[in-house]
Amino acid sequence: MTEELIIAGFGGQGVLSMGKILAYSGIMQDQEVSWMPSYGPEMRGGTANVTVIVSDERISSPILTIFDSAIILNQQSLDKFESGVRPGGVLLYDPNGITRHPERKDINIFQIEAASLAAEMGSTKIFNMIVFGAYLKIKPIVKIENVIRGLKKSLPERYHKLIPLNEDAINMGIKNVKAIHELK
Amino acid sequence: MSELKLMKGNEALAEAAIRAGADAYFGYPITPQSEVIEYLMAEKPFDRTGMVVLQAESEIAAINMVYGAAGAGKKVMTSSSSPGISLKQEGISYIAGAELPCVYANVVRGGPGLGTIQPSQADYFQSTKGGGHGDYRQIVLAPASVQEMADFVKDGFELAFKYRIPVLILSDGVIGQMMEKVDLFDPIPRMTDAEIKEKYPWATTGKKSGTARRIITSLDLDSHKMEEHNIKLQAKYKTIAQHETRYELIDCDDAEYIFVAYGSSARIAQKAVKLARAKGIKAGLFRLITLFPFPSKQIHDMCGKGAKGFLAVEMSAGQMVEDVLLAVKGCSKVEHFGRYGGIVHTPEEVLEAMEQKIIGG
Amino acid sequence: MADITLQDIIKPENMVYTKTELMTDKALSYCPGCGHGTAHRITMEVLEELGMEENTIGVAPVGCSVLAYEFMNIDMQQAAHGRAPAVATGIKRVWPEKIVFTYQGDGDLAAIGTNETIHACNRAENIVIIFINNGIYGMTGGQMAPTTLPGMKSSTSPFGRDVPTMGNPLKITELVAQLPGTYFVTRQAVHKPANVRKAKKAIKKAFENQRDGKSGVSFVEIVSNCNSGWKMTPTDSNVWMEENMFPFYPLGDIKVDGQLV
Repeated sequence: MTEELIIAGFGGQGVLSMGKILAYSGIMQDQEVSWMPSYGPEMRGGTANVTVIVSDERISSPILTIFDSAIILNQQSLDKFESGVRPGGVLLYDPNGITRHPERKDINIFQIEAASLAAEMGSTKIFNMIVFGAYLKIKPIVKIENVIRGLKKSLPERYHKLIPLNEDAINMGIKNVKAIHELK
Repeated sequence: MSELKLMKGNEALAEAAIRAGADAYFGYPITPQSEVIEYLMAEKPFDRTGMVVLQAESEIAAINMVYGAAGAGKKVMTSSSSPGISLKQEGISYIAGAELPCVYANVVRGGPGLGTIQPSQADYFQSTKGGGHGDYRQIVLAPASVQEMADFVKDGFELAFKYRIPVLILSDGVIGQMMEKVDLFDPIPRMTDAEIKEKYPWATTGKKSGTARRIITSLDLDSHKMEEHNIKLQAKYKTIAQHETRYELIDCDDAEYIFVAYGSSARIAQKAVKLARAKGIKAGLFRLITLFPFPSKQIHDMCGKGAKGFLAVEMSAGQMVEDVLLAVKGCSKVEHFGRYGGIVHTPEEVLEAMEQKIIGG
Repeated sequence: MADITLQDIIKPENMVYTKTELMTDKALSYCPGCGHGTAHRITMEVLEELGMEENTIGVAPVGCSVLAYEFMNIDMQQAAHGRAPAVATGIKRVWPEKIVFTYQGDGDLAAIGTNETIHACNRAENIVIIFINNGIYGMTGGQMAPTTLPGMKSSTSPFGRDVPTMGNPLKITELVAQLPGTYFVTRQAVHKPANVRKAKKAIKKAFENQRDGKSGVSFVEIVSNCNSGWKMTPTDSNVWMEENMFPFYPLGDIKVDGQLV
């Protein structure tokens, strides 16, 4: 199994940390992982993206132009990365703020209204974990228990009390992901 | 006990310095390697092992602090990125001339000048052909993973002290910024002052009365003595070339078309090998681990094993390719492919270059 | 008068002076009349008197005293031009119990090495800096230094230092005295016995400060002559120094025990 994923959105949406949690979860189940962010001026508020690879084998290039899956969280990223999804691959996006929706017919397209769900749950900070839950419903490449173990390992002890909230957010994502266009 | 962690290359480098028993790190922030000193400051290595971390006023000061501490027999490290490494060249030349051990890392970004903060491999000439003034060499280790960012710090210190030579870990923005799983080696205790005095009699640790004083210098106004010193250095470099050349062959057993690459380009080329094999092209990867010493003989030997052509893949306008040409000595075709100025080539374009320049060319 | 033989004269009980063991037997390479020799000697005498020989590491600069390690019989490191305070920082930080000092000229300390000087002082590195100011680049043949006086001739200011185009001389000692990281800042001379005694006392105080863990740099400037660079006889150069250098660079303590005088 090899999953090559890009997560792209605004800085501050938790793009990089979502990727980190996926990578940590991969480690928890003895897989190889790589996490390669765009870095530079983007770090200071512009767009942010990260390429995450989870694989049973040694990972070659950590930098990719074609992806098995793309998680898209703003319009610029959709414009930039829609074409990079491998035919038959997955594009998951939050429609919040999107004016031009994905158009490809040769990929699977899903929506998660994470921004509004996060607002309903009363915490914008868990936005990315709702998205992550939606992704894991489509691509169950890591077990939820390993996500929780990864969180415990990667988060400082003082944040461990937030883990149940994050788990709720993941479940919220799992429940609310919507298929927009699915290949037969 | 070794420990499995998800870390950035820069963080792994910093953590490895603590674990390798380094006595000091002197640095100055620059993108894309600032995480090294940030990590070290946050980790409080002084509390963990007694290791000193100091943010210097410049890269120049930092490398000269390294010179001073190394001359006094301590295990010491610095790191920077391309423009900062240019500033350090004077100090590195002095360290090489005075035959001091140290490890330093360059997380390369695109140049020339202030250039860009994106990844590059355009400092190959600077790293392998001198950089500073004078006839000197340094051992250059090229990590291609976060794991190697950690491991090469430990290896680097061993080599540095074995040969009393600066060891450069030549990384780049990709390896520095990406996170991977890293199995951290067990911590090595820092040497005690008594051990240092016993093991490194050349170090300036205070002269016992009635004994000869130790002088750390790269100066000799007598040219004959300076020539002798140079001859000794060259002999040392030859010994290093004989014993310390490192490389990795990937899918090369039956390979006809060989990518030659190091660092993140090697990772990308490895993917290109996969893509090539899927198309029925017998491709392989010769990954350089030491850039100095350069595995010339081992590359040349590929000709006798059925290699029909070499593509040097590097994020530069063509630097390492010159050493590949010298190694191959005409026994096979050699071409270069690289993107530069901060652009990272894709596996697809690397394969396309092999098809067009070597197979079809 | 009784006959005194050479053998009598060199009897140990008749000895009135002996060179410190901490100076090597190598003949000094400095020009006759130059102050470096005296400055070297009193520095080494202080280290001997304080029993610091086995615990001291010196840092030599680039300049006339680049070869200081040939004469100072202790462990020494030679530094790149201007970088001695950084090199000393490196040594002191990894061997905090050692005594570490730099010995630098004006070009080294106050031009190319200004950054290292100011930051080592400002970080309150616990080191001694001995600064020889002779207003000129001696080693390279008498070029203008950061400390060359207005109107003073050098090979790169052959008609005298023209301040509007060449800038002002830098009083770096007064400058570092303003920094919270200096503990003792003084300006001395070594051209007359009385001055030598005072300078030696100042150097001793500087090393005692370091030994006693007083936080900060002890900085001893020695205003000196450069008879070759100034194109004067040694005697004339000392007179010229008194008449021209001392008014601009007045002798005396500037900061003692961390307090400006």
